[in-house]
Formats: sequence, structure tokens, C-alpha cells
Amino acid sequence: MNSEQIIFYILSFWFVASSLAMIFSRNAVKAVLFLVLAFFSAASIWILLEAEFLAITLILVYVGAVMVLFLFVIKMLNIDKSTLRAKFTGYLSLGLIVAAIIVAEMSLVLGTNQFGLDVFSSPARHGADYSNITVLAMQLYTTYVYPFELAAVLLLIAIIAAITLVHRNETSRKKQSISEQVNVQAKDRVRLVSITLPNKEGK
Amino acid sequence: MVSLSDYLILSSVIFCIGLVGIFVNRTNIITLLMCVELILVAVNTNFIAFSHFLGNETGQIFVFFILTVAAAEVAIGLAILTLLFRNRGSISVDVTNSLKG
Repeated sequence: MNSEQIIFYILSFWFVASSLAMIFSRNAVKAVLFLVLAFFSAASIWILLEAEFLAITLILVYVGAVMVLFLFVIKMLNIDKSTLRAKFTGYLSLGLIVAAIIVAEMSLVLGTNQFGLDVFSSPARHGADYSNITVLAMQLYTTYVYPFELAAVLLLIAIIAAITLVHRNETSRKKQSISEQVNVQAKDRVRLVSITLPNKEGK
Repeated sequence: MVSLSDYLILSSVIFCIGLVGIFVNRTNIITLLMCVELILVAVNTNFIAFSHFLGNETGQIFVFFILTVAAAEVAIGLAILTLLFRNRGSISVDVTNSLKG
């Protein structure tokens, strides 16, 4: 058992353990933090697979933006925990049976007979002058430039849709009405009233 | 050396954990969204493992676009969730029964 295998099994253990802790934790904030640990383990496994750019992107985009967005939403919404806890274990046995069947079937298909080292030999590691970002960028900006532009448009649509969905209506905003300001008359703003001043003696 | 089947079995295990999470936490929409994220990460691990062992960078390009779409999905999903909470006062799946489908 060489060092690569030891690192892989340690990272896999943390990946699986934090994922299990995520789905079984009752507290939503704890679930988010366990998912962050799962994402870190996944990023480490991706680095083991020489996908450095995507590993850093996973941490920056998911842990840095998406998970923080989850935390913001959880803290903004006042979630009643008792209603969420009510039917917690209702479908646990059915879900475990389905998952066990899927894992058994996938293990039969994905075993070492089909995808072992003698079928797919481990490729040689790249040298120190290999740049994963350069290789990805060459592909992304030449062959896949049109999907890249579409992805940018998709993100723009997501921004507009999210803002439009949660935007409150105009009554809660304070804004200027230019036509009312131009058409205002002096009698609308100043009202002259005649009062009788008291005498100097105070009578 | 770590073989390709190790990575594939790991990602299938993570996929099934996400699936069980959807079964277990089916009333909490936030946890449902997080389980979908877990499933997407498992699929991405599959893509990257094949990309590494076949020596082809196209799998990593796919993961790049999956990450983009997943980020957009989470943003819109959480916006809908905020809207749901504002209108119904709860984020349980049980209150979203307006469409009698």
C-alpha cells in the first residue's frame, strides 16, 4: 500500500463520513458545515486526479459563494425546527434499501474486472512544467468557446431571475416623482393663516 | 496505485448518500438542495476520474460547465425558497400544495 493509496483512503473516509453527517444532522447550519468539509475532501481528491484548476474552483465557488449563500438564507429565514423534525425517519428504511441496491449494482459493474489497473493503467504523472490551467484554457477558448459564452449568458439570466424573484414591489421603496415636483404650486407647500397676536399685557 | 474503479465506487457511494439524503430529509427544502449538490459533486468526480485515466481534458471542461449550471441553479433555488417563506411562512414541502397535481 503506497502513499497515494493511503491519502486516497483517508480523503475518501472524510468525504463519506462528512456526507453521512450532513444528511443525518438535524441542524441546518451543521449540515452546511459538514457539506463544506465534504467539498474540501472532494477538492483534495480532484487534486489527486491532477485537476488542480477545478479543485480550486470548487473551493472558491462552492465553499466561498454557494455555501455562504446557503448560510445567509438559513440565518435569514426563521425555520421552525419542530415541523422539519416530524417526519425525519419516515422513509429512512426505504431509502437505505434503495441505496444499498444501487451500491451493490454499481460495485458489480465498476469492479476491478472492468475498471481495474490492468484494464485502465494509471497514467504517468505530469512534470513540473505542466500547467492544468493552460491546457483547460486552450480547450475552453478554442473548441468550447461557444458553450463558454452560453454559460456566461446563463449566469446573467440567473442573476436577473434571482433579483426579480426576491425583489419587493415598488410601494416599499422611496423614490422621486419628477412630474409632481415640477407641477407643484406655492399653495400646496405654504399655507398662510391669520392669527390675532396677543396684547403686550398678555390680554 | 489507485485504480479507476476505486474512484468510480467512491463516487457511486457519494451519489447514493445524496439519494438517501433526499429520502430522509424530504420536508426540508434547504437540505434537499444540499443533497442535490452532493450528487453533482459525485458525478463531477466521475468525469474527472475518467478524464485523468483516459488522458482527455474534455471531461474537465464538462465539469466546468456543470459547476456553472449548478451555481445558477442554487441561486435561483434559494431565491424561490425565500419567496416561498415570505408567502407561506414555512419552507416545508408540505405547504407547497397549491398545485393539486
